[in-house]
Amino acid sequence: MSHPLRGRAAIAGIGNTKRWNAPGRLPFDQLQEAAILALEDCGLALKDVDGLFCAISSSGLPVLNAAERLGINVRHADGTMVGGASFLFHLQNAVSALETGLCEVALICYGSNQLSAGGRLASMPDPQHYETPYKPRYPISSYALAAARHMHEYGTTRENLADVALAARAWANLNPDAFARGPLTRDEILSSRMVSDPIARADCCLVTDGGAALVLTRADRARDLAKPPVHVLGTGVAIGHRQISAMPDLTTTAAVESSRHAYEMAGVGPSDIDHVMVYDAFTITTLLFLEDLGFCPKGEGGAFVSSGAIAPGGTLPVNTNGGGLSCNHPGMYGLFTIIEAVEQLRGTCGERQVGGAEIALAHANGGVLSSQATAILGTAATI
Amino acid sequence: MSTDPRFDGPGPDEVWRTALAEGRLLLQHCRDCEATRFPPAMVCGACGSPDLEWREASGRGVVHASTTVREREGGYNVSLIDLAEGARMMSRVENVDSGAVRIGMEVVARIVPEPEPFVVFDPAEGGAA
Ligand SMILES: [Zn+2]
Repeated sequence: MSHPLRGRAAIAGIGNTKRWNAPGRLPFDQLQEAAILALEDCGLALKDVDGLFCAISSSGLPVLNAAERLGINVRHADGTMVGGASFLFHLQNAVSALETGLCEVALICYGSNQLSAGGRLASMPDPQHYETPYKPRYPISSYALAAARHMHEYGTTRENLADVALAARAWANLNPDAFARGPLTRDEILSSRMVSDPIARADCCLVTDGGAALVLTRADRARDLAKPPVHVLGTGVAIGHRQISAMPDLTTTAAVESSRHAYEMAGVGPSDIDHVMVYDAFTITTLLFLEDLGFCPKGEGGAFVSSGAIAPGGTLPVNTNGGGLSCNHPGMYGLFTIIEAVEQLRGTCGERQVGGAEIALAHANGGVLSSQATAILGTAATI
Repeated sequence: MSTDPRFDGPGPDEVWRTALAEGRLLLQHCRDCEATRFPPAMVCGACGSPDLEWREASGRGVVHASTTVREREGGYNVSLIDLAEGARMMSRVENVDSGAVRIGMEVVARIVPEPEPFVVFDPAEGGAA
């Protein structure tokens, strides 16, 4: 028997400002534009929205700010803040709220000006007193420690990590909306400035501005809206820790649990997935998630990537927009994994389109490999 | 007032910091399952018991993972240390070049008193490098 939430809600509209460097715009400006685009995409209006979900790095009260600016009256809201995975936590809540009638039209939205505001990653103030004296570069050093451990345990190399960045750039070169396009070589990646060993500049995601939004309704209503519905087949979330010192195993993330929940709800497994989006904050995160989501055995992520599997023409299309490494990264990138998955399932991706994509998996990460959230999406044919 | 006496006394962060200021390295142990707890907390992370007690730590540990943070002025070490008692903490290894800090290296804790007391590690005498 299938899970009672499988396919019951659908993503009806998506909004993506694609303004990766937009001086003179506040994070909430990007958010509002994305919200309008998403509603227009499916033919609904702001007055229809009664469920609001958002997170934003620079605001501790994002739901209040967004509701005021958008001028909407909501009867359900969620401002869960778990870093870049927040929006997939929101998605799970939205699916359940739609099914139980707590809301009829759910808007999930985000905006950032982190590049034009100064180019520094703007994190929510959340000092960690047991780390501060040692001045780890946040969050890079935490990911570097995980990468060092993965290399030690499994023989993963910097070349393997570089191949993650190469695949992302190859996909970005097929996406006219990607921020970082153009030729890139393994040698350029390996010789880029070291930031926190073994993570070098080219192993790190971009710093951009941006805004994104989703509109969800129950599936029966979505069928009557402007665009083909993309059904939410399964969701799962998990929280492992806050600080990297509290991560039980530096080479295995809570994505194991979040994806298990999502696969169970969707009634599918890794071999059923046609298209994959994983939050690539750093090259090591792509390796960890490919393993933890079940696309290759633990420890074999490096060899899997270096075989060419995730690049254009490979066996598993991963991060087809170019990812956080080459498309965009406004600070909390998670929502963009869903945006690209929806576009692939709608078949609107042009040169980078994955042929015959029916089921997509989007996975997001927050903090320092801390929060994990997985969503499995499908076309009408999967219902 | 009718507070629960099990939670009387200073909070765990206060106990940790006060001990460090006295030159003592303490770790929480669960009286129910013997797991160690770090960073300090009110409950055992392994079994959920609130019955934790403070014990003196040996200060001996092993490097679990290590990185060199690169700055214009030079690099410095950030490591995760697995203490002999089972807790893992972020720290740094001193008195050795950061690039020479290896996973598995045996280290010994030292309390730096200023400005706020904190714990660093040195390579262990005669330890396996
Ligand atoms: Zn216990």
